[in-house]
Amino acid sequence: MPLMNSTSSYGLVSRLLHWGMAVAIVAMFALGFWMVGLDYYNPYYKSAPDLHRSVGIVLLILLAFRFVWRLVNPDPDRSALARLERRSAEIAHWGFYPVLLALMASGYLISTADGRAIDVFGLFQVPALFKQPGLERIAGSVHEILAYLTMLLAALHGLAAIKHHIVDRDPTLLKMLRSVPSSQS
Amino acid sequence: MRKLVTAFAVAVFGFLASPAIADIYVIDTKGAHASINFRASHLGFSWLTGRFDTFSGTFEYNEANPAESKVSVEIDVASLNSNHAERDNHLRSDDFFNASAHPKATFVSKSIKLTGQKTAIITGDLTIRGVTKTVDIEASHVGGGEDPWGGFRQGFTGTATITPSDFGMPNPIAQNPVDLVLEVEGIRQ
Repeated sequence: MPLMNSTSSYGLVSRLLHWGMAVAIVAMFALGFWMVGLDYYNPYYKSAPDLHRSVGIVLLILLAFRFVWRLVNPDPDRSALARLERRSAEIAHWGFYPVLLALMASGYLISTADGRAIDVFGLFQVPALFKQPGLERIAGSVHEILAYLTMLLAALHGLAAIKHHIVDRDPTLLKMLRSVPSSQS
Repeated sequence: MRKLVTAFAVAVFGFLASPAIADIYVIDTKGAHASINFRASHLGFSWLTGRFDTFSGTFEYNEANPAESKVSVEIDVASLNSNHAERDNHLRSDDFFNASAHPKATFVSKSIKLTGQKTAIITGDLTIRGVTKTVDIEASHVGGGEDPWGGFRQGFTGTATITPSDFGMPNPIAQNPVDLVLEVEGIRQ
């Protein structure tokens, strides 16, 4: 089972990153949506945001690794697709990086605006780089908007994958599910 | 004989029921459920209030014998905040705190005298600018118990009056007394 991508399918590392982060990001959206509505006396009032911040930092580290991994790996061949499909796939795939980076950066700024560090599962702390009281307001609004934008992008991306699988009956989705022997090897 | 057994049983039960050692609490500065505030007269016309944003501390609280409790706090002097940046810089300067040479102020309790069901005088050493003076804090227990998130807390409020010039602050207005208003909530460790 190849770790690296080939021109015919994604390698194990890319697939683990893709599905792991996909599940985590959707779960983070649900967690965030749920936790901001919690009553002060709810038992999860403190632990839910603690979990959200911790997972967010882990996702930021994974995003950075994934970006480097993406740059040093070949991309499976998309020449069989129509020009419009190819362009929109590229925009969506590359678009995730700046949107997720901005989403995570805005979340970091909410928590660190008053100079407090972010505690990650009690294992280590990410310090506040700049103390800017009041920044949490705009950062909070940006975080919310980008969270919805991420879900919109994920929904389009997922619908497109399902369309390829069911309507076009091509191996687009399968490339992310199993390794296909490279046509060149 | 029966009396002796009863007395023994009461003694044993009493020993088991009372906490043998004081519980240690960390002051909840992380969740900002504690504050060190001050109040100074402005020309005798009004009260100016401010606070120290950054500090840390712990206390031992012995519920069965509160007089055996202890508290110690360390304050980051430069975190002084009176909601006026220029005034705060002046207060950090050698005219008052000399925060660059003495960045920390500390309070360590020495004795506690109970004055009522929920009140006490906490006597301790307050060190500012490297000068240590004995200060009495009039303290009262506000409340305590389990919080909704699995922790156990105790909260206190206290006031003390100090004269800043006692700690070597050269500015003449440091001769006027300043009230300290302390709000402290700790989480049991």
